[in-house]
Amino acid sequence: MNKVLFFAHLRDAVGEESIEMEANGKTVAEFKQQISETYDIQKLDTVMVAINEEFAPDSEVIQEGDIIAFIPPVSGG
Amino acid sequence: MKFFEISQEPINTQSVIDKVVQREAGAITTFIGTVRELTHGKKTLYLVYESYEPMAVKKLEQIGQEIEEKWSGSKVAITHRVGKLDITDIAVVIAVSTPHRADSYEANRYAIERIKQIVPIWKKEHWEDGQEWIGDQLEKVAYPTGKPEESDLNE
Repeated sequence: MNKVLFFAHLRDAVGEESIEMEANGKTVAEFKQQISETYDIQKLDTVMVAINEEFAPDSEVIQEGDIIAFIPPVSGG
Repeated sequence: MKFFEISQEPINTQSVIDKVVQREAGAITTFIGTVRELTHGKKTLYLVYESYEPMAVKKLEQIGQEIEEKWSGSKVAITHRVGKLDITDIAVVIAVSTPHRADSYEANRYAIERIKQIVPIWKKEHWEDGQEWIGDQLEKVAYPTGKPEESDLNE
């Protein structure tokens, strides 16, 4: 299983801070697509994905136990 | 000593500066980011900052490493606050020391620009007539999905 974290407007859209999901073996792009469909979130193209606290490209394959975070465009500072 | 921090508490600016004091330095620049009341005429009541803390700390550390590679002899400390902040509160303090002043200014500017690119921190603006997560660095456009949907507007 994988822990999946949501922040900012995505947290509001999903209604959860974190969920448990099976993402093992999927690429980042495939998993984004799945989340987009499951939660009916249209605009995930500007959202970055981090795996284990590091930005991950769309082609990266998710492993068992990886922590996945959906990172909307940041607005700190 | 922690050079890169996310803080729930008000930031003590001097303590951030103290971390970069070094005998080799001829300059320390300090950037203090504060909560502005008016953005393009729109009045902010307060902000709420949220972070993905473990990753945010890592990314602040990465910025520190980038600076220490680009500007020889530099030392960096950054603290970013999260939670509810009122107008004029300090959101971020960046202190950079370098042997010479020009580098210190440049490196400090670099740090704040990088924070706005790679550090997972988000702010939610609260106005008199609503609230919105801010998702771009020009602070004008919120995320499309963060805006009220058409159905909401018609209610």
